[in-house]
Amino acid sequence: MPDPSEDGDVLVRAEGIVKHFPIKEGIFFKHQVGSVQAVDNVSFEVRRGETLGLVGETGCGKSTLARCIMRLFPLTAGRLTFDGADLSTLSRSQMRPYRRGMQMIFQDPYGSLNSRRRVGSIIGDPLAIHKLASGVERRKRVQGLMEVVGLNPEHYNRFPAEFSGGQRQRIGVARALALHPKLIVADEPVSALDVSIQAQIINLLEDLQGEFGLTYVFIAHDLAVVQHVSDRVAVMYLGKIVEVADVKDLYATPRHPYTNALLSASVVADPDQARTRDRIILSGDVPSPINPPSGCRFHTRCPKAQPICSTEEPLLKRGAQDPSGHLAACHFPVADGEKLASEKATILHTVEGFLAEAPT
Amino acid sequence: MTLLAVDNLTVSFPTADGTVQAVRGLSFSVDTGKTLGVVGESGSGKSVSALTMLGLNPGADISGSAVFNGQELLTMSQQDLRKIRGADIAMIFQDPLSSLHPHFRVGWQIAEAIRSHTHVSKQDARSQAVELLRLVNIPQPERRVDAYPHEMSGGMRQRVMIAMALALKPKLLIADEPTTALDATVQAQLMELLVQMQNELGMAMIIITHDLGVIASVADEVLVMYAGRAAERADARTTFFSPHHPYTRGLLGSVPSATGVVGTRLTPIIGSPPSLISVPTGCGFHPRCPFAMEMCIDEQPDLVPIPAGPSHTSACWLPPEMTGVGIAMDTARQRYASTHRGARSAKLPGVIAAVEGATVYA
Amino acid sequence: MSLSTVEAKASEVPAEDPAVKGIQGRTPLQLVVARLRTDRVAIISIVVIVLIVALAIGAPLIAAITGHGPTDTNVDTGTDANGQPLPPGSAGYLLGTDNLGRDILVRIAFGARVSLLVGVLATAIATIVGVVVGLFAGYYGGWLDSILARIMDVVLSFPYVLFAIVLVSVFGSSLELTILVIAFFSFAAIGRIVRGQALSQREKEYVEAAHSLGAGNLRIMFVDILPNLVAPVIVLATLLIPTAIIFEATLSFLGLGIALPTPSWGNMLSDAEGVGFQAWWFYIFPMMFLLLTTLAFNLLGDAVRDALDPRTERIFAGRRKKKPA
Repeated sequence: MPDPSEDGDVLVRAEGIVKHFPIKEGIFFKHQVGSVQAVDNVSFEVRRGETLGLVGETGCGKSTLARCIMRLFPLTAGRLTFDGADLSTLSRSQMRPYRRGMQMIFQDPYGSLNSRRRVGSIIGDPLAIHKLASGVERRKRVQGLMEVVGLNPEHYNRFPAEFSGGQRQRIGVARALALHPKLIVADEPVSALDVSIQAQIINLLEDLQGEFGLTYVFIAHDLAVVQHVSDRVAVMYLGKIVEVADVKDLYATPRHPYTNALLSASVVADPDQARTRDRIILSGDVPSPINPPSGCRFHTRCPKAQPICSTEEPLLKRGAQDPSGHLAACHFPVADGEKLASEKATILHTVEGFLAEAPT
Repeated sequence: MTLLAVDNLTVSFPTADGTVQAVRGLSFSVDTGKTLGVVGESGSGKSVSALTMLGLNPGADISGSAVFNGQELLTMSQQDLRKIRGADIAMIFQDPLSSLHPHFRVGWQIAEAIRSHTHVSKQDARSQAVELLRLVNIPQPERRVDAYPHEMSGGMRQRVMIAMALALKPKLLIADEPTTALDATVQAQLMELLVQMQNELGMAMIIITHDLGVIASVADEVLVMYAGRAAERADARTTFFSPHHPYTRGLLGSVPSATGVVGTRLTPIIGSPPSLISVPTGCGFHPRCPFAMEMCIDEQPDLVPIPAGPSHTSACWLPPEMTGVGIAMDTARQRYASTHRGARSAKLPGVIAAVEGATVYA
Repeated sequence: MSLSTVEAKASEVPAEDPAVKGIQGRTPLQLVVARLRTDRVAIISIVVIVLIVALAIGAPLIAAITGHGPTDTNVDTGTDANGQPLPPGSAGYLLGTDNLGRDILVRIAFGARVSLLVGVLATAIATIVGVVVGLFAGYYGGWLDSILARIMDVVLSFPYVLFAIVLVSVFGSSLELTILVIAFFSFAAIGRIVRGQALSQREKEYVEAAHSLGAGNLRIMFVDILPNLVAPVIVLATLLIPTAIIFEATLSFLGLGIALPTPSWGNMLSDAEGVGFQAWWFYIFPMMFLLLTTLAFNLLGDAVRDALDPRTERIFAGRRKKKPA
């Protein structure tokens, strides 16, 4: 695999990113009693002009990782470069000039907009903060942005409460676009929206990418949405990236058992397929990130777990039959056509057991 | 056999800003042992109608009828309704925290639910609670039975809710967005569990959701709701493969399919769902509909039979034979709206030729 | 950006979104005003406050009309033949006179100036200090919060009357000192609320959004968070005014606030000490005005809170407002 940094193809490079949140106790004299290992030793890169999808379930650290890329808080460890500049240890004020190049779209179209400020002032905020435009000039640029994202520029003076959820998300997109960033990190940008509105925002994001040559990090828990928008996809589990690949490879030949389980569990809007599909059962719940399992963090729920999985942490590596760029962190990657444990049979067993025992 | 028949249900709430017309003349039925999927966006009235049937909407103005197992629910006293709720009709809500009492152990809450409807000893009720927790896949049910709701994860609390709902083996289970807050792996597991319990117990289910994937995997029949009314009603395959109502087609065009061709563009529905205080005239969908005609603005369509599928009905003025999914909504809208807004439906067949399974533009 | 793409995208959104109709163009302030206008108690309170303000502003006018200054001891006309004070309704003295023959109506009018001035100024100072301290404590957290929050706790648990006695004995009583003492003991009440609100607002996504745009801490605090605290601060400030007025009256009553002969409602009450039932008008009128003023402000504060808090809308509507699914 050639090193992509040689040809300047990489916009974001993350090496060994670690983010632990300390848990403190005490009223007067706080002392640390533990830490939430939200992101633990994660490495990846985002190439210019691509959409990197980041999927995983609640608590897998995907949103924390997004905020690590945005440097919204200090990194516990690791190296983060953006457009060739090392951002890993910059202070908040040192970060300010770089913020023009990277912007974020948030999940909650209600909470992410200040309800006490007018839409024009919200979208114009980045221009004001970076002192790029003021007065009439700022108003003109904001109204231009509103048009680009499909909002009526005449609504410049309205408050967010006067817009529907989808329109609010457009406001968030316009704000992110105001500085013409290179990178947009979108944290679950459509998951709070109604189905028909989701498609509007996805299309808008796709159009803007083509128009402005944007690079996206797109975070979602909906595998179908991620498949639709992404060029490459990284799957996270409990603070680690367990598999990363081009979207086609990942959905066609998932190697990590967790990716397999996730894919088999995602429901498809097709009654024929949805009913014939057999799902892979995962035992138990996601362990706590305060005290994650040793070795491979997935071993407590993995249908293929062996003794080595609990002692030795698998590294992201390419399988022999996989194309370059398809990496999985598993000691026993799933082979083509291999079947994992079935859910239907297991659940049927439980149901029959219950009905046999329960008094009628 | 029809277990539940809802006829012309209307629910409205007076508020300071005006009357919210949450449900506007909804009719549907559910057969014993079948699963009805109710799909719609927020504000379509799908949850309100379910809550109303169970008498859980105080302060609402209600008319119409809802007959369950030969009994009229809407005029029933709260006391009689309470007997039916839980025992014959059980309900699962989206947010398990709001339906579990925070100060009591979950096992006790399940046992109480059992004891309030049947005569069993405390000991028996408790052991039934343990078995129920085991059924819904809660690890170490003997220990978890003594846990408080806040000691459990969201997924586990939802499983407790399901256990409680299944405790008395109801004839009808109403699940309102039962898995929306849950992760895919947990969601799949619980839906599978519900389906298998249904098969074994022969209970009917109403699954209320906005997730077409959930509908596709469990529903026998699908009711598509929009702005408080039924837009379309059909069996699952017809709904997904040859829908009639433009709203249903719009919904299908809005979801990226995990198996679909990568790189294709989604075809969203324009605009946003309407305010229920000022519902559009005529067909509630007409401001967003790519096929809207003058009559759609003036006259409200009723559910009429569509020949494409068995028991397929749709509330749309488009010709009944015009079904299919492969519709380029944007193009249709531009072309059709520019030349034919105001045209009467008589002109329609000339503009759009319907063929089996899909529609093309002439 | 080409025009065609703009058009294409604009076409995806209809100009008039039906979901938005009905709330168009109404700012949060307009909504609050509209709700206040339907609240009878609020209207009456406002009328009372306006009348008392008019009384205070018109105090010199009243003095001119009656011909009695607030400190004039009207030796000839202000007492009866026996040198006793005149009861209300006496010729030229609508509310009677006190034992020095001073016109009670005029003194009350001038006392209203003191009360309102102290109430409003002390509250304004307390609000500004409280908001700044609370914002810094809540937004930054950590050691700064620990120090500021402890200071506010100490202030709130201080025996303020004792403190005022000490200050007055050192500096002598004056209007400025009264205002500063009241402001000092009131800012913590606002500061604590603002701190709590800032703590919760800090975690909101819009703050994170501002941070991701590159906004500095001061900008986030004063441009983003502060407008979200306006509602509770307004309510609290409205409720602080009557507290400050009573505080002033208490201090003046004890001889620690406004020094005689300058009239204030508090020292008028203290003058009335020992007169018993005979000269009831000495204390009844200042007390009535004190009560009326504080009651009006308190009721207005409650009304503003109800108007600002949309959850109380349901109570007004008389029905449970349920958001449909």
